Amino acid sequence: MLSTIDQVGVEERARRFQTRSIKSESKLSALKLAVTMLDVTTLEGKDSPGKVKQLCAKAKRPLPEDPSIGPAAAICVYPRLVRVAKEAVGQSGVKVASVATGFPSGQSRLKERLSEIRYAVGAGADEIDMVISRGKLLHGAFRSIFDEIVRCKEACGGAHLKVILETGELQTYDTIRIASEIAMAAGADFIKTSTGKIQPAATLPVTLVMLEAIQDYHDRTGRMVGMKPAGGISDAKTAIHYLVMLKETLGKEWLTSRWFRFGASSLTNDLLMQIRKQQTGRYQSADYFTKD
Amino acid sequence: MPEAQDKGAAGSKTKNASPGKNKSRHDFVEGDRYAPAPENSEHVVLKESYDLYIGGEWLRAPKRTETRNPATGEVLAEVGEAGPGMVKKAVAAARTAYEQTWSTMPGRERGKYLFRLARLIQERSREFAVVETMDGGKPIRESRDIDLPLVAAHFFYYAGWADKLDYAFPGRTAHSIGVIGQVIPWNFPLLMAAWKLAPALACGNTVVLKPAETTPLTALKLAELIEEAGFPPGVVNVLTGGEKTGRHLVRHPDIDKVAFTGSTEVGKMIQRDLAGTGRRYTLELGGKAANIIFDDAPVNQAVEGIVNGIFFNQGHVCCAGSRLFVQEGIADTVVRKLKRRMDNLVLGDPLDKNTDVGAINSQEQLDRIKVLVDSGKEEGAKCWQSGQKLPRKGLWFKPTIFTECAQSHQIVQKEIFGPVLAIQTFRTPEEAVEKANNTPYGLSGGVWTDKGSKIFKITSQIRAGVLWANTFNKFDPASPFGGYKESGLGREGGLQGLAPYLDLR
Repeated sequence: MLSTIDQVGVEERARRFQTRSIKSESKLSALKLAVTMLDVTTLEGKDSPGKVKQLCAKAKRPLPEDPSIGPAAAICVYPRLVRVAKEAVGQSGVKVASVATGFPSGQSRLKERLSEIRYAVGAGADEIDMVISRGKLLHGAFRSIFDEIVRCKEACGGAHLKVILETGELQTYDTIRIASEIAMAAGADFIKTSTGKIQPAATLPVTLVMLEAIQDYHDRTGRMVGMKPAGGISDAKTAIHYLVMLKETLGKEWLTSRWFRFGASSLTNDLLMQIRKQQTGRYQSADYFTKD
Repeated sequence: MPEAQDKGAAGSKTKNASPGKNKSRHDFVEGDRYAPAPENSEHVVLKESYDLYIGGEWLRAPKRTETRNPATGEVLAEVGEAGPGMVKKAVAAARTAYEQTWSTMPGRERGKYLFRLARLIQERSREFAVVETMDGGKPIRESRDIDLPLVAAHFFYYAGWADKLDYAFPGRTAHSIGVIGQVIPWNFPLLMAAWKLAPALACGNTVVLKPAETTPLTALKLAELIEEAGFPPGVVNVLTGGEKTGRHLVRHPDIDKVAFTGSTEVGKMIQRDLAGTGRRYTLELGGKAANIIFDDAPVNQAVEGIVNGIFFNQGHVCCAGSRLFVQEGIADTVVRKLKRRMDNLVLGDPLDKNTDVGAINSQEQLDRIKVLVDSGKEEGAKCWQSGQKLPRKGLWFKPTIFTECAQSHQIVQKEIFGPVLAIQTFRTPEEAVEKANNTPYGLSGGVWTDKGSKIFKITSQIRAGVLWANTFNKFDPASPFGGYKESGLGREGGLQGLAPYLDLR
């Protein structure tokens, strides 16, 4: 059964999570949790091995003086940099995720998209972040989208598949819900909001629609699917709102990096700054946090 | 961790907790609740004792009662109980103010007073919200985000009408009525005062207002604000007291109109008292609203609407969606989701910013809820309650639903006025409408479907004054509110809310 979405209702519900007031110990544990859920991301034309190595160091040990913080969940890069990242993270437990399938537009032939996945997995990627063909989806070619995702999942082999819906291009909540259902039915391990290249990227209501789809899918099939909001989450306060929403929608079971990730590049330092604030009672200068 | 140190138990626990081990109950993942986030109440100024506000002065009633915080049982303040003499004095003061100043003042001048009051309420809204929560038990989130903004909005809205009354009802001329006696309930103490005062004053009438016995404080503080706004003495008079005070006020022969919000039982008594006297009245009484969920509804939002419909203000809402009708095909899904959502509600200290469900307003009301819930169990409906722990002190009731309800059960027929939902299933739209209308009440209702045409078809068949589609419990000063059948007569809010306070010729 495919549930429809009421736009006003879902946005109102999302706003309610923002009125939660998370303080003291709850706040500190939420901040620490958020660090472990980070997919530390760099997806730029100017990315180089040097840049990726620096980011890997940050992901492994986000707050050098406090080893109890982190590590981040994964480092997310383009396929050509997977090998460098894999070597840099070593045995730290930080996963290497690679975007693939003609990211971010997905406008290349399926054959090429699949070979890109195989290349990234061959280079050692633990996770693949694929994009769907939004044009086809908006055209109503649901079956074709399903088939493509199934093929991508096969190409992943043992690697986890995150399916990026690019919700900013799908626009309506009903379409986002349909895309979520298709992706999960086709075998997605995670569903993810955005590439970060299109505005708007992740928002609370969009993420709520996807979390509810995950819940309904889990009720139906018993299979857990992960969620990754990406893009636009740049401060700790917003990250906590997402975690509150996750906790109150899917529950405690999902409150781990196994089932929830933040795709973000600038969120890390604000989380660290807030953690230090909670621990010491004072805000530290931004100069005390490494820019990687 | 200074943030943790500033308040009570949370702070001391945090200091002792070693990260990683022995996670306490406030740990974000493992804990069973969020760390306390109480709204600051230190800025609130409450007197130990309040007098009656009559003719611009504070007069002491010899008889005193206490008002308590239902969440803790602690006494907040002592208030007077107005006897017949004080009622007489207040009505006389209102009459003098009506004849000498208020009714002859140009509408635009009256409007200025109301605008000033509205602004003062906005400025002081945090303080009023805290007092409302302390005196009534409702969550601070609601008094802060819903009650207080609506209170200010009502005064702003009707302030705008004060100088436009001649254009409000084309072809008729508008005249004020005189002295209005207003008796208001305890579920939205300040908001109901605003609903009553704003249109009455805008139309040039003067008022004697009696707040409910268990929640007099915000009305008294509003009287202080009215004084601060410089209203002429006697335009608004506030009498505290119980049922007797209310009866003296309603029966006073120099009252030109009575406006009452409360139970249908008392409403009927007022009707009997006023029959044949030629005095006007409007009544806002009980309800037993049907919330109808069709199988093509946006289910997740509908579940949220059910929760908002019945657990908002602990179900102490006359228009609460207390009867749920779910189409059979999705009934199991809806009930499963509803239970899961109910387990997520935060119940406890109403002043905590994270609280969703606060305290029950009075022992009397709690007893009434228990009696009706017992009757539901006894008559064969299936009771389910959410898993929150109730605080030891204070008055509480767990969010409760009944499945397998029959139309003949008392929990389906009677207004419970608490966090108790009676669920029935239906097969066809006709059946839903028939059962929805099969009640002596007719205040509100809700319809959930993705299909626009169905919304219009069903809502036009439901005999209730307020109907919501794909939402519930939404209020706006521009929108009229009122009931069919035993839910009352007259409308409050909007243009329609002006008419009962005017003599239209």
